[in-house]
Amino acid sequence: MKTKLLTAIAAACMAAAPALAELTIVDTSYRTGPYAANGIPFSDGYQDYFTLLNERDGGIGGEMINLIECETGYNTEKGVECYEATKGEGALVYQPLSTGITYQLIPKATADSIPLHTMGYGRTSAKNGAVFKYVFNYPANYWDGASLAVKHILEQSGGDISGKKIALVYHNSAYGKEPIRTLEGLAEKHGFELSLLPVDHPGQEQKSQWLQIRREKPDFVLMWGWGVMNQVAIQEAVNIRFPMENFIGIWWSGSENDVKAAGDKANGYKALTFHNLGSDYPIYADIQQYVVDAGKAAGTGDQVGTVLYNRGMYAAMLAGEAIKTAQEIHGVSAITSAQMRDGMEALEITEAKMEGLGLPNFGPEFKVSCENHGGNGFGAVSQWDAAAGEFTLITEYYQSDQDIIQPLVDEDSAAFAAENGIEPGC
Amino acid sequence: MFYREAGDFKSSYSEDNQTFPIKFDRYRYYFILLVGFAIVPFVINDYWVNAVFLPFLIYSIAAIGLNILVGYCGQVSLGTGGFMAVGAYACYKLMTSFPDVNIFFLIILSGGITAMVCVLFGLPSLRIKGFYLAVATLAAQFFLVWLFNRVSWFYNYSASGQISAPERTVFGVAVTGAQTAPWAAYLFCLVFVFACAIIARNLTRGMQGRKWMAIRDMDIAAEIIGVNPLKAKLSAFAVSGFFVGIAGALFFAVYLGAVEVGEVFGISKSFLVLFMVIIGGLGSIFGSFAGAAFLVLLPVLLKNVLVGGLGWPTDLAAHLEFMIVGALIVVFLIAEPHGLAQLWRVAKEKLRLWPFPH
Repeated sequence: MKTKLLTAIAAACMAAAPALAELTIVDTSYRTGPYAANGIPFSDGYQDYFTLLNERDGGIGGEMINLIECETGYNTEKGVECYEATKGEGALVYQPLSTGITYQLIPKATADSIPLHTMGYGRTSAKNGAVFKYVFNYPANYWDGASLAVKHILEQSGGDISGKKIALVYHNSAYGKEPIRTLEGLAEKHGFELSLLPVDHPGQEQKSQWLQIRREKPDFVLMWGWGVMNQVAIQEAVNIRFPMENFIGIWWSGSENDVKAAGDKANGYKALTFHNLGSDYPIYADIQQYVVDAGKAAGTGDQVGTVLYNRGMYAAMLAGEAIKTAQEIHGVSAITSAQMRDGMEALEITEAKMEGLGLPNFGPEFKVSCENHGGNGFGAVSQWDAAAGEFTLITEYYQSDQDIIQPLVDEDSAAFAAENGIEPGC
Repeated sequence: MFYREAGDFKSSYSEDNQTFPIKFDRYRYYFILLVGFAIVPFVINDYWVNAVFLPFLIYSIAAIGLNILVGYCGQVSLGTGGFMAVGAYACYKLMTSFPDVNIFFLIILSGGITAMVCVLFGLPSLRIKGFYLAVATLAAQFFLVWLFNRVSWFYNYSASGQISAPERTVFGVAVTGAQTAPWAAYLFCLVFVFACAIIARNLTRGMQGRKWMAIRDMDIAAEIIGVNPLKAKLSAFAVSGFFVGIAGALFFAVYLGAVEVGEVFGISKSFLVLFMVIIGGLGSIFGSFAGAAFLVLLPVLLKNVLVGGLGWPTDLAAHLEFMIVGALIVVFLIAEPHGLAQLWRVAKEKLRLWPFPH
């Protein structure tokens, strides 16, 4: 029985092989579980952009995009199952949207020559492309985020934060622990006091952490949260009447779904972002015309224009541009995943390019190179306006403190290279 | 017609005492071994190994371990996830501290370390019983997860708190790390499953198993007939911990390759393995396999049918999957409260008489 099934599956795999002529994009999404509130808009944006390219332009470079969705539930075991199930179909790039799954996939994807794009999450030291050949985390990473948040606090406090107290409320996982090292370095440099408050998965239970905040009265609170944890944290902050303008979330803790539950009191909550917000861009007219009105929108189609929808669309846009770059470099339209890697490494995002795509001034300009897989670390601060029901940018794009981040990247990637016997080189 | 003793004469005690005394059963067992060891490795691919066989085999070991404790010795444990984490972290520390020692021995050693930890947390079982013991082991679960999150020595001070398995080889073939061939990972786990199942089977039908079952059925009576409850209970915790530790080590090193303790070895893992044991059948080695197969294979099968076969949206399929698996668990337990193993026993009895039921 088992062998019969196996041969049937083997035959099915062989039959599926000739379909490789298309460009296959896998969307490892999560529309169920405690992280669904954030997973759905990102996935919708990611899929809608590719649908738009298919409907409006006939794919990329004349090749249609074959979009496969796989539900991970933010669970590493299901993530591995998804990866194994879809890699055989010629997936060009994976965007796992989970730091835990990213850690699993880094060695596997490198062995299979499939690039990973962990946009603003994942393993920060993957910025060093000499060690992490198949992993990209442009345009910004967690350590940039930590530095950007501290810079914003510095600016607000008139350039001096020595002796101030900053608390970090974080998801007790690889994701939440990533910024601690940078924050410790920054605490030493700027002389502030850092206290760490871990929140266990899934993050519904935060009473004790916020009690501690009420007792210690930190001047600022930073948050590395995701999914239901964001909503609960913001509600708790409202409950203890913590001043919202001193509460700053990473870019994964700053979507409409996170603040709406807390009502008007959440007004003034801040979050970082590495791309622009709102739906005031020419591309949205096309998305409305070719995707939403045509009934081809992913999910229920009600997320268009939200923060995480924009981010998913931005991720898809970067993947699309990398495919174009790869097609130019290799002179073929049906690229392989290894060629996709070359395209990602040669990717250059300029203002002119973004304007041509209908996204003028949407994100920072950056250029990927072998030495730098992580962009330049530009970001901005957005603030929640409860009356208008939207996040708005309150600062220009500014750069993170590269003096403190680059040595940490070099150190961590060198440790990874030594542990896994990788010879760094470009 | 099948499973008949008629004509199957035994002329020695060892023949009479063998694990599968019925000839048909024995040949079926040999056949499965042959398929498992000699045919599957040649036809297996990445997907089948990582989505089906590795989780099935590794959960089987964990279920056997827990079955010894819960099913044979009657000590309810909700700490399986935590004990698997001990195995995984012991394996990681051993792998990184002794890179030259063969991974095979390191995994056995991790099982040993877990056995010791398990005995430590089994000490309260001498005073408390039933649900109260379940709560005590639940404390072990939370304490161990907290410990591995909190003390950075366990994850070699890495920034993210993740542990990842470096490449290790057996006879020059990689069994951990990204370069592992599917057949190698499969065979490596299969050897452990095979050995664990044989050890567990023979322990449970020997004197030790009878002591455990005596304690399970009535501990005061067992004490009166001369079973030492201290030794019996703690040996059950030790043996159970050994198997669970091996499962945790394999889960980390061979299956996932990188692990984050809160997510992978959380309380839901303890419940999952306990459900495997209950659905499979308490006090049955076959039940451990059946329970693991049911809870590992069914979701994968449903996903492939609903999303791959029928093309339904992934979120709808994921929700339906929960409902179908949940409903099937209820149906199975109503139809046969003693689990899949009992269904199998009944089926064997029926097949023995078939096609003449009277």
